[in-house]
Amino acid sequence: MISQLSWKIGGQQGEGVESTDRIFSTALNRLGYYLYGYRHFSSRIKGGHTNNKIRISTKPIRAISDDLDILVAFDQESIDLNVHELRPGGVIVADAKFGPVIPDGVDARLFAVPITKIAEDLGTSLMKNMVASGASWALLGLPLEVLGKAVEEEFGRKGPAIVEKNIQAVKNGAEFVLEQAGGPLEDFKLEEADGKQKLFMIGNEAIGLGSVAAGCRLMSAYPITPASEIMEYLIKKLPKFGGTVVQTEDEIAAVTMAIGANYAGVRTMTASAGPGLSLMMEAIGLSGMTETPLVIINTQRGGPSTGLPTKQEQSDLNAMVYGTHGEIPKIVIAPASIEDCFYDMVEAFNLSEEYQVPVIVMTDLQLSLGKQSCEMLDFSKVEINRGKLVKETPPLEGHELFKRYELTEDGISPRVLPGAKGGLHHVTGVEHDEVGRPSENANNRRKMMDKRLGKLNGLQVRDALRIDAPHENPDLLVIGMGSTGGTIDAARTKLQEDGLTSNHITIRQIHPFPTEALTPYLQSAKRVVVIENNATAQLASQVKMYAGFGDKIKSLLKYDGNPFLPLEVYQACKGMSEDGNI
Amino acid sequence: MATFKEFRNNVKPNWCPGCGDFSIQAAIQRAAANVGLEPEQLAVISGIGCSGRISGYINAYGLHGIHGRALPIAQGVKLANRELTVIASGGDGDGFAIGMGHTVHAIRRNLNITYIVMDNQIYGLTKGQTSPRSAEGFKTKSTPEGSIESTLSPLEIAMSAGATFVAQSFSSDLKGLTSLIEQGIKHEGFSLINVFSPCVTFNKINTYDWFKENIVSLDGFPDYDPSNRMAAMNKIMETNGLLTGLIYQNTTRKSYEDMITGFKSEGLANQELAITEEQFNQLVSEFK
Ligand SMILES: Cc1ncc(C[n+]2csc(CCOP(=O)(O)OP(=O)(O)O)c2C)c(N)n1
Ligand code: SF4
Repeated sequence: MISQLSWKIGGQQGEGVESTDRIFSTALNRLGYYLYGYRHFSSRIKGGHTNNKIRISTKPIRAISDDLDILVAFDQESIDLNVHELRPGGVIVADAKFGPVIPDGVDARLFAVPITKIAEDLGTSLMKNMVASGASWALLGLPLEVLGKAVEEEFGRKGPAIVEKNIQAVKNGAEFVLEQAGGPLEDFKLEEADGKQKLFMIGNEAIGLGSVAAGCRLMSAYPITPASEIMEYLIKKLPKFGGTVVQTEDEIAAVTMAIGANYAGVRTMTASAGPGLSLMMEAIGLSGMTETPLVIINTQRGGPSTGLPTKQEQSDLNAMVYGTHGEIPKIVIAPASIEDCFYDMVEAFNLSEEYQVPVIVMTDLQLSLGKQSCEMLDFSKVEINRGKLVKETPPLEGHELFKRYELTEDGISPRVLPGAKGGLHHVTGVEHDEVGRPSENANNRRKMMDKRLGKLNGLQVRDALRIDAPHENPDLLVIGMGSTGGTIDAARTKLQEDGLTSNHITIRQIHPFPTEALTPYLQSAKRVVVIENNATAQLASQVKMYAGFGDKIKSLLKYDGNPFLPLEVYQACKGMSEDGNI
Repeated sequence: MATFKEFRNNVKPNWCPGCGDFSIQAAIQRAAANVGLEPEQLAVISGIGCSGRISGYINAYGLHGIHGRALPIAQGVKLANRELTVIASGGDGDGFAIGMGHTVHAIRRNLNITYIVMDNQIYGLTKGQTSPRSAEGFKTKSTPEGSIESTLSPLEIAMSAGATFVAQSFSSDLKGLTSLIEQGIKHEGFSLINVFSPCVTFNKINTYDWFKENIVSLDGFPDYDPSNRMAAMNKIMETNGLLTGLIYQNTTRKSYEDMITGFKSEGLANQELAITEEQFNQLVSEFK
């Protein structure tokens, strides 16, 4: 019995790779396994090699594995491109149609299943995905009814005839492979899962769900990979809550529309990736200057320019922290798990209203699109806090205006929404006085700048740092952000086996930088490695700039478009910890 | 009920004496009072330029945003609270150069807002450069040899983008302009009102006298039918865009707000934010 396993399916884009994965993993989720998915796709819509990998485990996992146990291939290219990951003695399930061959020197068991033929015999080659998932499922010796149920739900609305055909395809795939293999593979038998109810979703869905729960009712956005799923989720859900999604003409319209809607009192967000974020910069300043709440999601992908639009990267950190001209208060938070994606949206909307500032939630492609198990979400933790929003205001006398920008001790002024009697005031991106009227007075300017910039003094968001620090003086402190945490933990387990102690901190509050909270951990570690998916060590630069310790900080960088693998992190960390000259 | 005086505040506009923008401000104040609004029911969203300052000169809710983006901000305000009357406003550079993309799409979207362009055929605030509305051959600081680009016709563009309300006026015609703004506010959909607003400081060609000599009023055509799209387009072309009055109105197309599935007549901002546990559980169930 094994406790975990890696499975991958490859083929041409548009050939059913996605749907095979979906059916297969939904059924595994029902059985209570922990899953972690990774989608590799090119930016072509049809054609081009694509593959989906999932890791299946009886324990929580948050990283892809270094190797692979089962590879399902719709074409020879999928074998050739992925076989190097296959562990010795691994399994290839391939469509017999293309006469699959195991490349020279590879130790693998091949099952050639007439995937296309079985599907075609049942009516359409579209059912290849069913045959493939049936065959995979059968090799693992898992109960077929559970898979059948998932198929039924997927096709239920298309009528019983279609459901039956698809289930038949699953069965035929299963039967064929079992006959060839002589029964389920003994060495691939998974231990039973805990059976606990889990959710299985991508980060973008959790962001959408979290937004609805947070009271977001409008979204204005322009489509872009890897952000579009957020918009697609919300356009399905928001109308049920009275809201809507507007697909704007560009990201400038998207962000300014969101500013207008927030000004008028509705929690509104926009979501984009690097190119769109670049277009939003001027408007982010407007939000900061006019103290209008704003929530932006930036799902990072490979830059610069169009860069690697469908690949993993974490290279927009500087743009998010420093972007927009002049100086404004701004919050940047980085969810590091599916659960975070959900809870951080509630937090982001609250922060944007409590502090009346733009809040950027940054994910990366792997977190946004990788489908993963997620612990049941706790509705009782969802609390809506609108800060100093006032509903009723005393009437104004004569030409008196509401002091929307009143100078207060904490720098945060009462906020009133258009429509309120007694709340009239002006809002402008020009420097202004307490009622919002343009002012070039030097004294006023100083006061207003200090007010705005002081609002975030001492800010600590929920889990500003996620700390796993079992050691008082570890050989290594590993620092990361976003989707890399699980990979880092997998590598740490290996380091531990080598006798190397390590602590791990995930920085979730990227800006304002949580210097004070981080410093003791930097201090106590012998060496520090900052791990990030970019070429210029943007996170490490923040750490060094704010907290110092430059002499013991090293960087592990990866910017080839792929997420880190545990083995890479392990080897690099080991090398660095042994390097006496750090 | 509020009178136009209640839409005045005590801020002295920093426009040059004689600038056309003064009368547009007065017309908005009168129209707001005439349609029965209270100051808190009106939001004026403006862009950047001399003209963009207008939101600060009207006693109502006002947001002075960034250059060229008055329309998306205004649309956000309207979506958030459709109970408000929303007027967007700005210069010809703001709406027809940097913001042209938004203008066309706001027209297509057809939210119930009124867009008043203060068209002086030049950039005022940046002290006299060419605008898309400048005539060919027009000499400015940025076109010392005269503009070599063709003049943009916002009316034709609006018509071809599917506008449901297209009007044009002249800032000297306070009465006509006030009436058009009232009609625009009452129109159930997006209304574009382009207003010739002479810049006395930088535009020495398109002066008050020049407009008086060159524009034709639709009042002179008693048979003109503003519901006829073809006739409207013809009239714009015939007059080279130098006409005033209500040029086109389509009262059959519904506004964007009225077409959104499940969108209530109560402003979204006035509705409950929180969802119930039952609704939450339902949302979660699809990920099981
Ligand atoms: C992004 C950006 N670019 C340039 C400017 C400078 N700018 C301010 S107003 C303006 C044009 C003004 O012309 P118009 O919109 O016609 O308004 P007017 O001043 O004539 O009323 C420009 C270019 C700016 N504020 N923002
Ligand atoms: S520069 Fe022109 S547009 Fe600006 S205020 Fe003066 S007259 Fe008016």
